[in-house]
Amino acid sequence: MLHTVNKSPYEKNSLETCLGLSLDGSDILLIEDGVYGAIAGGKASAMLLEAMKTRQVYALGPDLAARGIDPGRLVDGITVVDYGGFVELAARNDRVQAWL
Amino acid sequence: MALEINGKTYETDEEGYLANLSDWDEEVARKMAELDDCDLTDNHWEVINFLREYYEEYQIAPAVRVLTKAIGKKLGKDKGNSKYLYQLFPYGPAKQACKYAGLPKPTGCV
Amino acid sequence: MSEIKKFMYINRRAPYGSIYALEGLEVVLIGAAFDQDCCMAFVGDGVFQLVRGQDSTQTGMKNFSPAYKALGDYDVNRLYVERESLAERGLSEDDLMELTWEDEDDDWAEKPSIRVVSREELARLMEEQDVLLNF
Repeated sequence: MLHTVNKSPYEKNSLETCLGLSLDGSDILLIEDGVYGAIAGGKASAMLLEAMKTRQVYALGPDLAARGIDPGRLVDGITVVDYGGFVELAARNDRVQAWL
Repeated sequence: MALEINGKTYETDEEGYLANLSDWDEEVARKMAELDDCDLTDNHWEVINFLREYYEEYQIAPAVRVLTKAIGKKLGKDKGNSKYLYQLFPYGPAKQACKYAGLPKPTGCV
Repeated sequence: MSEIKKFMYINRRAPYGSIYALEGLEVVLIGAAFDQDCCMAFVGDGVFQLVRGQDSTQTGMKNFSPAYKALGDYDVNRLYVERESLAERGLSEDDLMELTWEDEDDDWAEKPSIRVVSREELARLMEEQDVLLNF
């Protein structure tokens, strides 16, 4: 399943809930304010590193750029994708769960 | 609403401001001025061009107080006062000049 | 209303994800016309508003971060950023835009507008205000 998270982890617990309710092998895509969780050294870093042992985590490039976040600043292991990559992830997975 | 110039249509809002900043060219400014019975002189263009540069840099149309101060700094004290700017743009320098420059109505203007 | 009051605009939301940041900025720019003593505070996700290098071209949204650079022209010269909020988000002062204002009383010298302050200092600054507005 593809899980998308569009809220900042500092404002909502969407990412935490998502990580708790996603199974091994899931794809997790951070979009909109969700990309703030991807910054290394932030609150969600440890949570994401733990999750990436069994799941793939992606961040949407255009949303990173809009917010001034350089891809080099992300937690190690996060893959940056563009809108085409978003579509591929959605197509590759049988379902999409959006954590709002 | 729309503006027709040489067969080309430019979309505007209900107050005559250009809908898309990128549609702007000098003909738009001339046509808008003509509809207001205003002849554009070099002095007008100085202010119009200044506003376009200001918007390019800050992404906002400056309030009239800010415009006056900035014009004074760039073009000299004799131009950086409201009397001079109101002579050029009697409908209000920020409002009228922003319109000709293709900018949205200045933030805070009613 | 001739008496000058101290206004603080408190910004707690990230840009783009909601309309709060942009609306808050517009209110500050409008309010600046009333010749009051205005400052801004950036707390929590609000600190993300000031991050340098924002480029929203691909998202189709307007990048309004350049407008913060105009605040000096509007005599909004003090932008307090909470240090703890930056640190919690993996950010430092170097990640923020360089925002300045020109001091008319000091031969138009350019001075920095951003002041990184501790949570405790910010709490005291809030106490000094007449009006607090939240976005």
